[in-house]
Amino acid sequence: MTSQDNMPMTRAEKRQAKRIKRFDNPWMNPKLIWGAALLLGIIAMGIIGRFVWDPDLVFTGSSMLRLPPVGFENLRGQAGTMANPLGTDGGGRDLLALIIIGAPNTLFVGLLASLIGMSIGIFLGFSAGFLGGRTDDVIRVSADVMITIPPLLILVVFQSAFGDVSLTMMALLIAGFVWQSPTRLIRAQVLSMKQSGYVQMAQLSGASTSHIMFREMMPNLVPYLFGSFIASVTTSIVTAVGLEVLGLGPQRIPTLGRTIYEAINAGALIQNLWWWWGIPTLLLAVIFIGLLLINLGLDEVSNPRLRKLS
Amino acid sequence: MGRIPRSYLINRLTTLILTILIAATIIWIIPRLSPVDPAEIALGRMAAGAGSVANSEEILAQLRANMGIDEPFLIQYFRYISGALVFDFGLSTAAFPTPVSTLILNALPWTLGLMILSLIITFVIGNLLGALMVWDRSPKLVRVAIPAAMVFTSIPPILSGLLLMWVFAAKLQWFPLTGAYSIFVEPGWNWAFVQSVLHHGFLPALSIVVVTFGFWALGMRGLMIGVQGEDYVKLAEAKGLRPRYILYRYMIRNAILPQITAFALKIGLLIAGQVLVERIFAYNGMGKLLYDAILNQDFPVIQGVSFVIILITALSVFLVDLVYPFIDPRIRHEVA
Repeated sequence: MTSQDNMPMTRAEKRQAKRIKRFDNPWMNPKLIWGAALLLGIIAMGIIGRFVWDPDLVFTGSSMLRLPPVGFENLRGQAGTMANPLGTDGGGRDLLALIIIGAPNTLFVGLLASLIGMSIGIFLGFSAGFLGGRTDDVIRVSADVMITIPPLLILVVFQSAFGDVSLTMMALLIAGFVWQSPTRLIRAQVLSMKQSGYVQMAQLSGASTSHIMFREMMPNLVPYLFGSFIASVTTSIVTAVGLEVLGLGPQRIPTLGRTIYEAINAGALIQNLWWWWGIPTLLLAVIFIGLLLINLGLDEVSNPRLRKLS
Repeated sequence: MGRIPRSYLINRLTTLILTILIAATIIWIIPRLSPVDPAEIALGRMAAGAGSVANSEEILAQLRANMGIDEPFLIQYFRYISGALVFDFGLSTAAFPTPVSTLILNALPWTLGLMILSLIITFVIGNLLGALMVWDRSPKLVRVAIPAAMVFTSIPPILSGLLLMWVFAAKLQWFPLTGAYSIFVEPGWNWAFVQSVLHHGFLPALSIVVVTFGFWALGMRGLMIGVQGEDYVKLAEAKGLRPRYILYRYMIRNAILPQITAFALKIGLLIAGQVLVERIFAYNGMGKLLYDAILNQDFPVIQGVSFVIILITALSVFLVDLVYPFIDPRIRHEVA
């Protein structure tokens, strides 16, 4: 590195230097921005779509069955029309309307479940780290126990016993399984921070516990909290989609997972009705890729060593 | 070689037992809270088969007695727990009178086979690629291509499964669409059967591999960055050892160990993902069994499958925790 100091910079190096300068603010991370843009795009599609497109087309039988998207032909020789630009499913539902309503539903479940899960995790993590002793033991052991239980399996038992659930109910159920990793993470961080100089200084200067928690420790935890939040959104959506693909979850509300479930059951794969399962699959993929990019971006924000690499 | 202190062992063992006990309890409690009566479902199934059922009250009472749901809850609970510990989950209500354990024993080898195979493949590929991402001598193409491929790793295997199924089974017809082996071959240790199993298992395994290798690659990348600056790597370089030798024997060897603990955190999601892959491929494993049971509202099977999968998860985590200190001598368990 040192020998290159007086040599003219190559193009790649210049670009690198420019990039480092431009993204001096670690939060202006390209991955983070791209990921957030993808997710915001889905949300925007859900909001704007309701005004531009007729949401009533989401009902069964509102259009002809199994129409292909514009520019394609189905096995019956019907061409796609602008009335249903993305085609229709086996029940005559317009796929565009289906994803306008369904994709935000899927995101909603993920966000709500992890918001609740994170709140529980922050509360328990701080309690365990701060109070120690018996409280710590109980919280630590229960997080250790719950972290090995795959949420999907318990929820399968639950939903097959109770039948139909609402979106919010499903989010609440999933929230019961995404608090463990934030709890463990925050507990570990709090334990290590408690030993650090600035926290001990605050303690010596007589700051209250809540001041230390929220004013001194919380800001340092933010990147971890965000990362943990995004990870639990991913877990929640994976679980929700898993339930929906098994035919559980909300029965009457359109979701991306349920659309895929219906497509598989109707044999859409063999009948070449690719748009029926393909479009929801693609949207789910976009959601997951967006979440991954945000997570990678956050990793680079909180760990500067990774930043130099790519 | 680290010896496992007794306190650590007791700690892990308690967690294991608690996990199994709590999971079994939750699985048992949930259906009791539900307004659905399994006896009525069984009666409904009879009525659907026979057109009408006479003496329905008597039959209901008899069904409840058979299922043991006319007794006090506490007795039911202890009977269930002691049954679950010896893998006795009662009889399937849909495939009456087959015991649930028989159904599970038939499905388990398929699930375990698929899981272990895809796990080994992803572990090797993922860690190797993750190491190459950091290694300063890897070809430029590798450094660009791997991060691009990583984008797919956030996708659950069910989505990649659908896509692969459509391209390679429905369109190109290179691989069969569903099932774990062809219905035209006799199951047994003959070449035709083995070939059929491999042919059918390829797509399910591939759909798991393509989306999970990135998890290991990402972890490995982080660990390799840590190892890169270590003194022993510098020393090895100064000694003039071949770079490839340094990569395998010095860097990967030291970086890979914590990856084994990452496995413990990931296994739950991996198994859940595989259950769904089995469901869409109608692969003869636990996933298909579970899905069929959900369709038939076959509660004993749903409970049994869930319990066994949770048991597998908990046992794997326990084993990883136990074996890890033997593999990584740097880990010393603090004697509490």
